[in-house]
Amino acid sequence: MAFKLKGVHVPHNKNTANMPPVRMTNVKTVTLPTVMHIGAPAVPVVKSGDKVFVGTLVAEQNGFVSSPVYSSVSGTVKSVSEVLLSNGSNSPAVIIESDGEMTADPNITAPKIESLADLSACLKQSGIVGLGGAGFPTYVKFGTAEKPLNIEYLVVNGAECEPYITSDSVTMVQNTQDIKFALEMLTKYFNIKNVVIGIEKNKPEAIKSMKSIKLQNASVEVKVLPSAYPQGGEKVLVYNTTGRIIPMGKLPIDVGCVVCNSTTVASIGKYLKTGMPLVEKCVTVDGGAVATPQNVIVPIGTPLKDVFEFCGGFKTEPKKVLYGGPMMGISVPSLDMPILKNTNAILAFDEKESTPPKTTACIKCGACINNCPFGIDPPAIAKALKTGDYAAMEKAGAELCMECGCCSFVCPAKRPIVQNNKLAKAALKDYKWKEKK
Amino acid sequence: MDSKLRISVSPHIHSNITTTKIMLDVVIALLPAAVAGCIIFGLGALAVLVVCVGTCVLSEFLFNIIVKKDQTIGDLSAVVTGLLLGLNLPANIPLWQAGVGSVFAIIIVKCLFGGIGCNLVNPAITARVFMLVAFGSMAKAAFPDAVSSATPLPQILEGNTPSLTNLLLGNIGGAIGETCKLALLVGGIYLIARRVITWHIPVTYISGVFVLSLFIEKFDFMSALALTLSGGLIIGAFFMATDYVTSPSTPKGKIIFGIGAAVITVLIRFYGNYPEGVSFAILLMNILNPYIERLSGRKLFGGKHK
Repeated sequence: MAFKLKGVHVPHNKNTANMPPVRMTNVKTVTLPTVMHIGAPAVPVVKSGDKVFVGTLVAEQNGFVSSPVYSSVSGTVKSVSEVLLSNGSNSPAVIIESDGEMTADPNITAPKIESLADLSACLKQSGIVGLGGAGFPTYVKFGTAEKPLNIEYLVVNGAECEPYITSDSVTMVQNTQDIKFALEMLTKYFNIKNVVIGIEKNKPEAIKSMKSIKLQNASVEVKVLPSAYPQGGEKVLVYNTTGRIIPMGKLPIDVGCVVCNSTTVASIGKYLKTGMPLVEKCVTVDGGAVATPQNVIVPIGTPLKDVFEFCGGFKTEPKKVLYGGPMMGISVPSLDMPILKNTNAILAFDEKESTPPKTTACIKCGACINNCPFGIDPPAIAKALKTGDYAAMEKAGAELCMECGCCSFVCPAKRPIVQNNKLAKAALKDYKWKEKK
Repeated sequence: MDSKLRISVSPHIHSNITTTKIMLDVVIALLPAAVAGCIIFGLGALAVLVVCVGTCVLSEFLFNIIVKKDQTIGDLSAVVTGLLLGLNLPANIPLWQAGVGSVFAIIIVKCLFGGIGCNLVNPAITARVFMLVAFGSMAKAAFPDAVSSATPLPQILEGNTPSLTNLLLGNIGGAIGETCKLALLVGGIYLIARRVITWHIPVTYISGVFVLSLFIEKFDFMSALALTLSGGLIIGAFFMATDYVTSPSTPKGKIIFGIGAAVITVLIRFYGNYPEGVSFAILLMNILNPYIERLSGRKLFGGKHK
């Protein structure tokens, strides 16, 4: 099968590739929002003054699509208060002052797994969510013992197509055994026969590590993908690794696939081995304003400014700071924002990198149309959005847009195409919801 | 809150391609043809090119000032229009007529419709057609000093085929930039190599004309080849039919566009009143473009066909 979905060539800037991560320990305070996943916010179970350890539950899962939150330091709960999230909304958060000891919770023991129900419960308790960026609670994807899913392929996402980010590939190299253990357990209890690991060809070390994995109950295949953004997009990855097309509006499971980020799988392995829930993240710290770009293992909830300081501070004043990579990352309003469960990189851009390009008139070159992995017609969407023509928006594929940014990246007129698509998507959703009523 | 941090929607990086760079590439690609034209036809050709480019840029500059729009001459699209128009005019045309054509191209065809990206038809092509209708001098093609015969196209249609060398080097009658096919091919290949244009329109258009001519000329290979290398086909196929604004965006649409232009060109050449049909063919396909676009959209991934 040819790689039909190719994408655009973005600069790689993988400056921190093959840099083993450095652990950050001297964290003073952590802020743990109760929303670090898609779904209902977790409910805080601690109050100001409570003593907590690394791995102590501080907010419990609330409903099916939700995820618990655990303390990432040992110390004292300072407060439970509202904090601003990068999307502009507020969320309750547990703020913990560290005692500097990083003592693990004494109640934590390695879980015993003897059945599907055990494993499912484990995934639920681990607090693990999709660490590639979406933050969807991982246990939901695999289904439960009561409602098992028919999973033919477990697709491990090691594409890491975003520029700068190397935390996934570093994790694949450093935590190969964790990944192997997790895959062994997942394939055994969820009865998955095929594991496909997709990695872009610019990560030879990670490819080598993953090729060393052999499983008892399932076949493992490492698919070397072209180094063309967005190989890591879920639908692109499923197509380029299994040849299956996920129909519009459907999920990978509808074509028998479950997609998990490689770091997510490594975290599952770590939890199953030790019982320590998701409390730290390997984060790539990079960007033109950072003095010493590197990979850092950071307790979740650490303020960004502390992480940058750990990396030698800034060599020039940062003008734009991102959660994630430059193609889909979110710019944050403040350096006080915390590292979240699904933060895989933080980038600080200098003046030059963060100066927006000048937008000029559309010359109808068609670059956005021809470079869209999904065949969306952005100019038609923009036109339909202006006139409020919902049928035309739908026909042009507004709902299919994954906001990967290829269109905006290639546009010679530097038009805000993704922005338009996002607006159209929201408007169309709103319109359909009202129509239903 | 650090209000100094910039907030913006992703993506936060962009490719270094800009409209100006694309237009600059087109200008570079046209330079061999322009130089060849000046060598073949002399200083008169240079004067026409200078008048056309100058008038186009000045017209856009003044228009933007009068209607209080942001200045757009920096994108170089007016230079491209001027150069293309000039290359499509005979070297002996009165300069004032070249100027009038340039004003028509920029003001009437481009600026009044909203400027770059908004014109419905190609400004240079439309201005050429306008001049063809308005000025008698357009029909009297200029000739290099060494040659003094009728324009090659009617000649070939009558059965007198000029030598292939003369056709390739441009030592024949015609517009300034259309005669030296070698220079045009070099420029066209440059544009494809630089990914400014794709192969779809030039290849389908040129090969379409060749194949159709071959049929009509009863499989006289040399005659069909001479017809393909005559008139404005090569400059039209590489530089005018590939205009982003007035041609389809998708490969499928481009192929439809190229074939359509080939059919119209051949019909006009063999059965129409005018000896040359490239300008009319491209203009007609420009007008059909919105419909071609509608028919040639890409298939949505995992969705029904549009």
